[in-house]
Amino acid sequence: MRYLTDRKRVTGLGASRAGTQHHWQMLVSSILLMGAIPVVVITFAAVLGGNHAEVLAFFNRPLIALVTMLSLTAVIWHVMQESIEAIEDYVHGIKGKLSLIAVRVFGYGLIAAAVLAVLRMAL
Amino acid sequence: MSEAKPGTRPLSPFMIGPYYRPQLTSISSILVRITGIITFGTAFLLVAWLFAAASSDSAFAVIDGALQSVLGMFVLSVALWAAFYHMLGRLRHVIWDFGHALNVAASERMAIGMFAGATALTIITLGVVALV
Repeated sequence: MRYLTDRKRVTGLGASRAGTQHHWQMLVSSILLMGAIPVVVITFAAVLGGNHAEVLAFFNRPLIALVTMLSLTAVIWHVMQESIEAIEDYVHGIKGKLSLIAVRVFGYGLIAAAVLAVLRMAL
Repeated sequence: MSEAKPGTRPLSPFMIGPYYRPQLTSISSILVRITGIITFGTAFLLVAWLFAAASSDSAFAVIDGALQSVLGMFVLSVALWAAFYHMLGRLRHVIWDFGHALNVAASERMAIGMFAGATALTIITLGVVALV
């Protein structure tokens, strides 16, 4: 007979303590998406197709730069959480832990790159 | 003491197909996750484009050329549908979380609304981009 402690049997099966917070964060993030997705679509629909000088001029406006940074951050954070949930559901063990690290490095890296790029054009 | 028996229970998502008829509720829900992950990829493309624009003329020419190509525009159009679908799918979650429409009939109507809405928003956006 395999002996499993209660603690070991429930490890990895789901939330304790942080579940409510995660649910709330996803609700907030989903609401933010209703604004962020249209803003990203309108921004990129307006600027894509321009030449390099036009693109630089487009982002060289504080309001557009700010709105682009905020909406992209909201979208990337949300889809990073979607990917994290998918990994938590389907990838387990060491592979799962490393995947979770990788997807966060990628997601937060993407947010940093977006902010840096827009700031460079805005300032 | 009850013993855990890993591996003997069926895993629900993979039942769809051989054991389980695909339904509007399950397929529309799975697509929310898939379109969310697709949008992660889209965000990478957009940020790569922004980063190239902030970096140099030559870097911008490469990424912008790729996105403006026929393949690039096709990918961006699919990405647009995915982003709209995900947004509407998340709106359905918000509606559910506030305690409304928690039944199969309403969920199926919203699923059809997500498909139709994402398609309509994509066509409108592409139409406006083409006209302006």
